[in-house]
Amino acid sequence: MRSNTRTRPAQSAPQVAADDARRATSLRAAPLLALALPVALLVVWFLATDAAQVFRANQLPSPTQVLRTAADLAAGGDLLRHVSASVGRVLTGFAIGATLALLVSVLVGLSKVVEQALDPTLQGIRSVPSLAWVPFLLLWMGIGETPRVTLIAIGAFFPVYVNLVSGIRNVDRKLVEVGYVFGLSRAELVRRIIVPAALPYLLTGLRVGLGQAWLFLVAAELIASVSGLGFMLIDGQNSARPDIMMVAILTLALLGKLSDGLLRTVERRALAWTDTFQGR
Amino acid sequence: MSSAIRIERVSKSFDAGAPVLRDLNLDIRPSEIVSLLGPSGCGKSTLLRLLSGLERDHEGRLLVDGNEVVAPSREVGFMFQEPRLLPWLSVRDNITFGLDAKARRQADPLVRELIEQVQLGECANLLPRQLSGGMAQRVALARSLATEPGVLLLDEPFSAVDALTRMRLQELLLSVWQRRRFTMLLVTHDIDEALYLSDRVAVLTGRPAAVREIVHVDLPRPRDRRAQDILRLRAHLLEALRVAGSNQLTGYGTPFGV
Repeated sequence: MRSNTRTRPAQSAPQVAADDARRATSLRAAPLLALALPVALLVVWFLATDAAQVFRANQLPSPTQVLRTAADLAAGGDLLRHVSASVGRVLTGFAIGATLALLVSVLVGLSKVVEQALDPTLQGIRSVPSLAWVPFLLLWMGIGETPRVTLIAIGAFFPVYVNLVSGIRNVDRKLVEVGYVFGLSRAELVRRIIVPAALPYLLTGLRVGLGQAWLFLVAAELIASVSGLGFMLIDGQNSARPDIMMVAILTLALLGKLSDGLLRTVERRALAWTDTFQGR
Repeated sequence: MSSAIRIERVSKSFDAGAPVLRDLNLDIRPSEIVSLLGPSGCGKSTLLRLLSGLERDHEGRLLVDGNEVVAPSREVGFMFQEPRLLPWLSVRDNITFGLDAKARRQADPLVRELIEQVQLGECANLLPRQLSGGMAQRVALARSLATEPGVLLLDEPFSAVDALTRMRLQELLLSVWQRRRFTMLLVTHDIDEALYLSDRVAVLTGRPAAVREIVHVDLPRPRDRRAQDILRLRAHLLEALRVAGSNQLTGYGTPFGV
């Protein structure tokens, strides 16, 4: 390959230090930059409600009102109950869906025959909208946790599946040959070359899958549920309490962002070896 | 530790196309270094891949240590044109990649010794993206030797590094060989490389490849790259290659006058 020994001295030590410093500054400034937009939205929201009263309280509750409701719900223990019900469902459904997707993707990714047999059907199922599943899942599984977790698992399955299959098909044939040269068994080849090489795709799939699990959660909780953030939404609507709906929506956004942030941290650590464009 | 290679009337064609190799014969003694030199695209790499078990379905016999080659084995090391390091593994883990799980876990003295021999002592924990081309190829060399193969096959291993790095790598390869004495079969485009390293140079004809001529390099090592004997052999090989190459342009078969 190319010889970096030649190019390295060309970049002087002060130059490298300056680059590092610039990168560190931009990293430290990053959280502040990310906060700018939410803070601006909050200000606009405040101006449109409490200050200028463009919206009536039953149309759009003010931020102070929402904060009060959130505090009340938290103090009464309701918020925690709904949040833990939802988080439990998302984690269970995501774990089941992602694990199944991992197994199926490896089979489909490794074999053309399995791909031809399974992939068209899976792609068909993938295009069924989340809400369309609900009546049938209730019909088959009754009312309870099973249909909800199943729906979330379906939602988490497809992003992981689609990404990992294309990840496996993008593994460099030359690296696979290294495995052949050392006489690796098929299982070893998957574990030691194919899955690590497809890891960037797998992690993208997991992140999108987790996001989709949260989306499907609300569909799962909209119907026949007595707990969870989706239930809070419906409950707020039925009792004409837009402030409760707002608390549910903001909590969903916060939890979604938080769980994605956790996966991003995992991603950054697991992919420290990659040598790819990081943006400028 | 070191194995003999016997190539007996080996022919190979891909998917009913024109043959790539035809009736190729070559015997290599244990610890010998042999270079394959030939027009580009003549099938040198195919021969190497057949010997390693990466490529199959040939006619004739391929024997390593008297055993027919049926699949890749740890007895036969292979070094590719590119380093092909696994980017998620450190230098050390790349080197031990071919070992079984138990040997990988132990801090094997053999591995430490190998890392020293390819002069990567301080780099054991670096990732491949932090290495220069020459360093990466040294890791690849150590990796292919970690299973202690009796045979090392090298497919234009130094063709992608600059001239100076290439010479250093050739010297390094010889110094490792002098300690371990594996048999080496090397595909190269580089006449100087062939003359610097090999005991014998096999000049192949164009497609389908057969051995056209074998040139003995009976000179002690380390060799002076500009010695009179080397330059004489160089001129001879250049002429042999020119004839082999022109043969390829006229199609296949034996040219008149050979």
